[in-house]
Amino acid sequence: MSRLLRAYGPNIMASARRFVPLTLGVMLAVLPASTAHAQTTAITNARIHTISGPTIENGTIVIRNGRIAAVGADVEVPENARVIDGTGKVVTPGFLDASTSLGIVEIGGVSGTNDAATSQERLTAAFNVADALNPRATAIPVTRVEGITRAVVVPGGFQSILRGQGILIHLDGLRADEMIVRNPVGIYVTLGESGAGRAGGSRAAAMLLLREALQDARDYAANRNAFMQGNRREYALSRLDLEALQPVLRRELPLIISVNRAADILNVLQFARQENVRVILSGAEEGWMVASDLASADVPVIINSMNNIPGFDNLGATLENAARMHAAGVTVMLSSFDGSNVRNLRQVAGNAVSYGMPHEAALAAVTQVPAQVFGIADRYGTLEVGKDADVVVWDGDPFEFATKAEYVFIRGHEQLPDNRQQMLFERYRN
Amino acid sequence: MKRALVACALLGIGCASAQAPGAQSPTPGERRGDDGEAVVFPSTYERREAPPVLIRNATVLTAAGPRIENGSVLMRDGKIVAVGRDIDAPPGVRVIDATGKWVTPGVIDSHSHLGDYPAPGVDAVSDGNEMVNPNTAEVWAEHSVWPQDPQFDLARAGGITALQILPGSANLFGGRGVTVKNVPSVTVQGMKFPGAPYGLKMACGENPKRVYGQRGGPATRMGNVAGYRTGWIRAAQYLEDMKSDGRRPTRDLELETLAGVLEGDILVQHHCYRADEMAQVIDVADEFGYKVSSFHHAVEAYKIGELLKERDICASIWADWWGFKLEAYDGIKQNAALLHQDGACIIIHSDDAQGIQRLNQEAAKAMAAGNQNGIRITHEDAIRWITINPAKAIGVDGMTGSLEPGKMADVVIWDGDPFSVYTKAEKVFIDGALLFDRLDPTTHHQSDFMLGILPREVTR
Repeated sequence: MSRLLRAYGPNIMASARRFVPLTLGVMLAVLPASTAHAQTTAITNARIHTISGPTIENGTIVIRNGRIAAVGADVEVPENARVIDGTGKVVTPGFLDASTSLGIVEIGGVSGTNDAATSQERLTAAFNVADALNPRATAIPVTRVEGITRAVVVPGGFQSILRGQGILIHLDGLRADEMIVRNPVGIYVTLGESGAGRAGGSRAAAMLLLREALQDARDYAANRNAFMQGNRREYALSRLDLEALQPVLRRELPLIISVNRAADILNVLQFARQENVRVILSGAEEGWMVASDLASADVPVIINSMNNIPGFDNLGATLENAARMHAAGVTVMLSSFDGSNVRNLRQVAGNAVSYGMPHEAALAAVTQVPAQVFGIADRYGTLEVGKDADVVVWDGDPFEFATKAEYVFIRGHEQLPDNRQQMLFERYRN
Repeated sequence: MKRALVACALLGIGCASAQAPGAQSPTPGERRGDDGEAVVFPSTYERREAPPVLIRNATVLTAAGPRIENGSVLMRDGKIVAVGRDIDAPPGVRVIDATGKWVTPGVIDSHSHLGDYPAPGVDAVSDGNEMVNPNTAEVWAEHSVWPQDPQFDLARAGGITALQILPGSANLFGGRGVTVKNVPSVTVQGMKFPGAPYGLKMACGENPKRVYGQRGGPATRMGNVAGYRTGWIRAAQYLEDMKSDGRRPTRDLELETLAGVLEGDILVQHHCYRADEMAQVIDVADEFGYKVSSFHHAVEAYKIGELLKERDICASIWADWWGFKLEAYDGIKQNAALLHQDGACIIIHSDDAQGIQRLNQEAAKAMAAGNQNGIRITHEDAIRWITINPAKAIGVDGMTGSLEPGKMADVVIWDGDPFSVYTKAEKVFIDGALLFDRLDPTTHHQSDFMLGILPREVTR
């Protein structure tokens, strides 16, 4: 039996049978209205990147009740509205980082504050970071003050190739249930060199474990009653993990697979076809080498465009990865892959542009594209009437270092620069 | 001869690599430095022959004064000859029109592990940390450097012309660091910066505690300090015995290095995050009569800016790293800005194979954190953080680090403002030779490791 995807022991199996199985479908958290702002705010005379359409030079955007009430070149400022003069300013949607450990890691090196992963190797697909989310993590206000208003929170995992479930949060709130926008967004899997290590030393073993997990999940779904009565063979995964995989089998939830080598990426594409599951790739440092395959399979990728250090898993890593994949028609999302420095998402996007990605594509890669991929485009990702008012007013190009996020709204709620780092700065500046 | 060897290893800054550039290769067994003393592991670096170059019409940041608009830089025979507004083109000079471009000194990283932790990042070449004893002052980082590390080439494309390669931070005394010119070479001796002093890597705080807590100690910060003091007591005794007329002790590599610090020849590069620990290290240095050249990482340097200024100790810092361990919890983006306000010596370092490719961007973030919070920082200030200040901390500021006549022609032409995210190093000169030109793929050196394992179209 695999040391990584081990079935429950007999005692646990016995106790598990006492419970009625739950159906853990895709849950869209109910968004409370508590953060909505009664005040109406108008940002005028600004350069507005709507993302959904052409950039509006000298436009106005109106925020009311947490939503975008109006946006355009000829929008009238409502009476009694607070007016922010956006002359010379740039307005964009708040950014979204597609892969972070925000809220589940306070200090990486202090184990009691790090909930990203478990050493319990029997916990796999059902492990869900929502149960560990700390809305008061100090990195959250440090991040949002720099114009990043949403993030996908990703399980770390270091035992199993199946790492568990990630969630999408917005960065304004004091309760986890207020912040969670989508739960789960996918089930995270590690293949490639790292997956091989988890699977006992071979990429082939990692793929085999993944296939076994899906086939067991399918068999379980077809034979739940027999399983509950103890009349079914042992599965590689626990009951809850098999349940967690059901929406994957129904194509309602993607597998988000960390993989870099071009050959491994092609294997994943083949696997996805054979198993009829949706996949998103994370890392994909050699993605450009198989970009046409990714584009024709319509498989999105999450990458850090600054990763170019070669290893045996990613010899083709290049700063031009984002540009080349975008040019080939791949759906590209950008990420810092960080926790404390998610704010560097801006630098990631700027470097993608510097190495050939169109500016507007890089903007979309941190707003609209992840919104579409993670199924929240009806509420977020562009500056359109009716959408949540995640709005940032920048004093210049948002990707430039000298540029500051002057105003940050999350669902209409203005964020203040009152984070721990700012307080340390104020304390020591005199 | 034996006496000379001992004295050299013990005392000589010139012992490190004193061979003048371009000098004839020494005969084995007869390697001698400027002072006539024998040299161990001498530098065999020789500058590449190159025609004289005149860069014109650039915005020049000299790291030694105000910017020069429409400026020129003339280099010849590996040296900077002139910097200014109106420089005539001597006959035979290659003229580069740098209209719209910026020129700076070559970027210098005071804290790197390239070659010691090379790519690919596998155990077989992971040679940066001799984690067998809290005091491994006897090891030299250069003996781990793999010159085929492809990360040297990536760093050159980011404008890096020189770097100090340090041992890791597991140990109280980690060993000697080496400063190299960032040139392609089959041997590390071929990279060693001629005349550069050695560094001694030391470490505070969590790392030694964590690594040795269950292995005989130190297990605590008080154990760390006791470990430093014990080492220095032994070194002081060794130095005294070596200088006495009586029977000299057997050579000891560990104590040679520590004695080199007490003699002022080897510069202390101390990994230390917390303000209170830096203050304690300064007291240890006072007790034994040596100077700390730079605190590295120093995420809390902003809390003791005045002390660092008063003691003339540079803070080698990241722009924004914080939170990955408790001793980094108080890291703030305004660290450099507050140090600037106090007039302290600021260095933006990388400690990272990604970061070393973009020290200009890291400096730009730290500069912005000041300017956005009421502490004005100019391009002229920020360029020093990645050129002359690291040169000072590693002891090569008399030779490089600024654009001044007589200095090594280590020069970068940027395709725009070096503190913009969209700007790239376009041409990188080391000792006057064009070793990277973004516009000329024939200059894009690839290490032996990268040959034949990649599609041809890969560029990084």
